[in-house]
Amino acid sequence: MTLVLKGLSKSFVGEGKTEVQALSNINLEVADGEFVSVLGPSGCGKTTLLRIIAGLDHATGGSILLDGNRIDGPCPRMAMIFQEYSLYPWRTVLDNIAFGLEMKGMEKSRRREKALEFLELVGLVDFAKNYPFELSGGMRQRVAVARALAIDPQILLMDEPFGALDAQTRNMLQRELLDIWEKTRKTVIFVTHSVDEAVFLSDRVVVLTARPGTVRDMVQIDLPRPRERTGTEFARIRRYVLDHVEKTAFSSKV
Amino acid sequence: MRYLRFLLPLLLIIGWEVASWVVNNPFILPSLETVIPILLHPFSPAYTLGTGSLVENATVSIQRVGLGFLVAAAVAIPIGILMGRSTLLNDFFDSTIELLRPIPPLAWVPLALAWFKIGLTSIVFIIFIGAFFPILLNTVDGVRSVKKTWIEVATTLGAKEKQIMTKVVLPGAAPTIWTGLRVGFGIAWMCVVAAEWLPGISKGLGYLILYAYNFGQTNLIIAGMVVIGVIGLLIDFIFKRVEKKWFSWRGLER
Repeated sequence: MTLVLKGLSKSFVGEGKTEVQALSNINLEVADGEFVSVLGPSGCGKTTLLRIIAGLDHATGGSILLDGNRIDGPCPRMAMIFQEYSLYPWRTVLDNIAFGLEMKGMEKSRRREKALEFLELVGLVDFAKNYPFELSGGMRQRVAVARALAIDPQILLMDEPFGALDAQTRNMLQRELLDIWEKTRKTVIFVTHSVDEAVFLSDRVVVLTARPGTVRDMVQIDLPRPRERTGTEFARIRRYVLDHVEKTAFSSKV
Repeated sequence: MRYLRFLLPLLLIIGWEVASWVVNNPFILPSLETVIPILLHPFSPAYTLGTGSLVENATVSIQRVGLGFLVAAAVAIPIGILMGRSTLLNDFFDSTIELLRPIPPLAWVPLALAWFKIGLTSIVFIIFIGAFFPILLNTVDGVRSVKKTWIEVATTLGAKEKQIMTKVVLPGAAPTIWTGLRVGFGIAWMCVVAAEWLPGISKGLGYLILYAYNFGQTNLIIAGMVVIGVIGLLIDFIFKRVEKKWFSWRGLER
């Protein structure tokens, strides 16, 4: 599996009928099983980029190729995980996870069985019959991850999935995500504005500039996992990435 | 203070009884003991001036209101869903609905008689008008309150347009639609009493109290009013119970 973004750009008509360029000429190649973070200042279009890959928005220029085939719309080989409000409150945890399988027409007993497997993977078997409002924020995101994995996608698109969580829960979920990633070997494209998160998780960090978003730099991170946040090498890379992000934020103000 | 709610009704009943002694005129205020026997014999035609028993009249009224209510729901819910989903259709319908909505159901009586003559159709039409607007407006609101993320999640998990409608939009809007049905039924129940005052009607609780008035039987009027109130209360109670059982997630979306 390879995902290639070729000269992707996006503009839309903003206030006062002026055209706003959100993304400009994004080129990126993601390899099979790679964990890539997209990092950038707020408003740089990183979420827009992810939504275009997911088929929820359309690019105004360029193309997306999955194994050489152009994709233009939602694709069953990818699943997206949103920041919040994504679970169906009228469905139990188990039926939330089974949702994608239900859409495929899988029969009830089989999809529940399958959903239970993924519930086990995220460690929430005891909550199968609970409703989303009975869960904590961290548990809800675990369910969202399980639901995305249940349709067996090759690529997980994650849009600041831990952005609404407290720091402790966030760190815990980052570690769990890496565990799951190592078990399932999915390709992950992870959007975040946290340098720490990006450096902790990724094989590669893509730093975007402020609007219009373009790729400013790509940072390969070869630190072995599990990574030690307090280690000197970790700090050095974080410093390096942070410098890039700050420069892009600064240049946009001038 | 669990029993506080029963205090005022009790005081009102005592006050009524005392007042009836003071007034001492059964045409203006009949005493309690002339009303209670009627209520204690709901199946007996002997207490209702030959118009059939209380239960018989209530059944006729409930059937009429049920019919008008069902027709209103069958028309209002689909239109409401379309209006909620499409701004185009909303713009098309909205001004007409806002114009018709303030016209009280009873103002339609002369037209109903002109169009449908005396009979069931006219009554059902008046009830339809009463129930239609609350159901419609709540359906539109409910569909609009369906979170965009819910729909996008379904899209990325491979749901087709029809599945999005039946598995996301409808269940997501259901609690608000249900509120519309409850309010709509309440108004329909008020309308049936008035609609039964139309000429040519010879059954129903509305007819019963008008008939009793013509004979100066104020005790029968009050008995009829009590039955109307109790039935309205019971049906509202059922609506609320269902709401609590099925839609307890409302307001807890996270």
